[in-house]
Amino acid sequence: MASPVSAVPTEDAIEAAVEKPVERGEPILQVRDLEKHFPLTQGILIKKQVGAVKAVDGVSFDLYQGETLGIVGESGCGKSTLAKVLMNLERATAGQVLYKGEDISKASGRALKAIRRNIQMVFQDPYTSLNPRMTVGDIIGEPFEIHPEVAPKGDRRKAVQDLLDVVGLNPEYINRYPHQFSGGQRQRIGIARGLALKPEVIIADEPVSALDVSVQAQVINLLEQLQNEFNLSYMFIAHDLSIVRHISDRVGVMYLGRMVEIGSDEEIYEHPTHPYTQALLSAVPVPDPSGREGRERIILSGDIPSPANPPSGCRFRTRCWKAQEKCAIDVPLLAVPEVFRGQDTPAAHASACHFAEDVDVVGAS
Amino acid sequence: MSSTAVSARAKTGDTEETPLLQVRDLHVEFRTRDGVAKAVNGVNYSVRAGETLAILGESGSGKSVSSQAVMGILDSPPGFVTGGEILFKGRDLLKLSNEERRKVRGAQMAMVFQDALSSLNPVHTVGTQLGEMYRVHKGSSKKEAKLKAVELMERVGIPGAKERVNQYPHQFSGGMRQRVMIAMALALEPDLIIADEPTTALDVTVQAQVMELLGDLQREYDMGLILITHDLGVVADVADKIAVMYAGRIVETAPVHELYARPAHPYTRGLLDSIPRLDQKGQELYAIKGLPPNLLRIPSGCAFNPRCPMAQDICRSEVPPLHAVTEEDGRPLPGRGSACHFWKETLHG
Repeated sequence: MASPVSAVPTEDAIEAAVEKPVERGEPILQVRDLEKHFPLTQGILIKKQVGAVKAVDGVSFDLYQGETLGIVGESGCGKSTLAKVLMNLERATAGQVLYKGEDISKASGRALKAIRRNIQMVFQDPYTSLNPRMTVGDIIGEPFEIHPEVAPKGDRRKAVQDLLDVVGLNPEYINRYPHQFSGGQRQRIGIARGLALKPEVIIADEPVSALDVSVQAQVINLLEQLQNEFNLSYMFIAHDLSIVRHISDRVGVMYLGRMVEIGSDEEIYEHPTHPYTQALLSAVPVPDPSGREGRERIILSGDIPSPANPPSGCRFRTRCWKAQEKCAIDVPLLAVPEVFRGQDTPAAHASACHFAEDVDVVGAS
Repeated sequence: MSSTAVSARAKTGDTEETPLLQVRDLHVEFRTRDGVAKAVNGVNYSVRAGETLAILGESGSGKSVSSQAVMGILDSPPGFVTGGEILFKGRDLLKLSNEERRKVRGAQMAMVFQDALSSLNPVHTVGTQLGEMYRVHKGSSKKEAKLKAVELMERVGIPGAKERVNQYPHQFSGGMRQRVMIAMALALEPDLIIADEPTTALDVTVQAQVMELLGDLQREYDMGLILITHDLGVVADVADKIAVMYAGRIVETAPVHELYARPAHPYTRGLLDSIPRLDQKGQELYAIKGLPPNLLRIPSGCAFNPRCPMAQDICRSEVPPLHAVTEEDGRPLPGRGSACHFWKETLHG
């Protein structure tokens, strides 16, 4: 039935994906050829694997100390699965996640527990990610139960109150329940919980998209302020491109399980070279009506293909206006495109397209 | 400083022809166990044929409730329309019987909802659901209805309509499902379409497709469109005029270009200022302090006063009427209104 799982090109250019280390110091997190495939099975008694949903399929990037890496892409592109694999909430099918040089993707037991302390997550939905039967004090203090070395028993109440203060909530709210708070306040509780173990890396999966517009800016400011205070590294996953640009030092664009383009915020937003990035930027509604008649839009046809049966070659080719025969055969590697190689231009950043072109898109800025 | 409160008619900026839809001093409340939530407190707006009105607001601002009242699909109880008029082609819809109302709904005004998956019936094919419009309202035969359904699906750009007409909603992608919803709204060629967050659940590339389709169809059939959204970007793209809602009231009305260039209400200005801009990178974003109000306990005076940087004593005691907004030298700005005691300072200061 399902087509045989095509061999995944794992030579996905490890070297190429590693960008020039411009005074960034050591990467804190190195991701190499990460894959997460969810098996599709058939049969009730005798389960037979008939294929796999390739949610993340060969993703490589670095995250440096104190920086924010934004990840953008449409639903189904694998950005949330990527977050889960980095957290080790899902086991990687293949590839490596190196935290300070140590592979954590295969860690288990005590080693995993020690690593988890340093990588924490802030979830999208502040309504379902907090246990309604626990008080705020218990929710924020729960990480201390698992890692008692961070805060000895007697100090916990004080530690929780300090955290509430840090995220801008009244420390007296410690005995309240989640339903007594608004969405923005709940997201602050989620952030306080993420900070409890003094992690170095925070993975934020759509942290503001469930919030009201007038409250989003408050939470973004809080995240930035905490980053400066504690020298945190963020992986910031979102679909709102203007917020991602505001908060990120570098931005990665994902499509159907692959990273298609990665670079500094200026490189991606001002000089996108991958057609998908260009389409994405041009499709974003700009909150400024002036010149809307003259704006040129790249409207993609069709929907994102199924990750269980992705197109051969370049995955974007089915919706791409530049696609040629070559795109169906050769998988484009995430590297600085040949046309720009060696040039001193912002267009010379990693982009997985055979026909990369620097196009100025009037988009989300 | 003499305030110039204006009559309901002047507020909406209408002069010549009768608009397609005119909402006057609409009040809606929800009677809940915890008390009465005043969701809509005296809202006025109007839409002409071919015009796009965007109603912008956060959750709880009353933007969806007011349009549900217009459509006549308010959950009642607990929701009740407690006052006002909804004039559709000059007829007050609130005075019609349920049966008359039902005939207007669907045939003359239609709604596109946010969540297409839960608005379509999962156990009927898309063709049956589209055809139902013709069978119920026009008494078409099953066969005719199906042909019409195929036609409609082609009209909204669903590829392979002949085959897909027999498929079920779950077999369509999010963007295609939203197209089905639009097709259904369009079926009887209504004069007014109300679209409640039509693209919020969609990805940006698909969102662009759907908004373009809605715009094209609106021009083709010369329909009035009310677009309900919280997205300042979508509004800037498609709206002709905007009504900004906060805590059940319209706090500002303006033609789209003017609203973005020169807001006359501190709430609107706060929303626009909190959009991340290029030159602000690395700086703190402007944030409106505090939280949207609880509708059971709307602050006295201007509902925005606890969050407003300009609030004075008068804002805590007196509800500001929707002032007609003028230039500094008194020249009128047609279509503009601001429910702020200090609109002059906000606009000119």
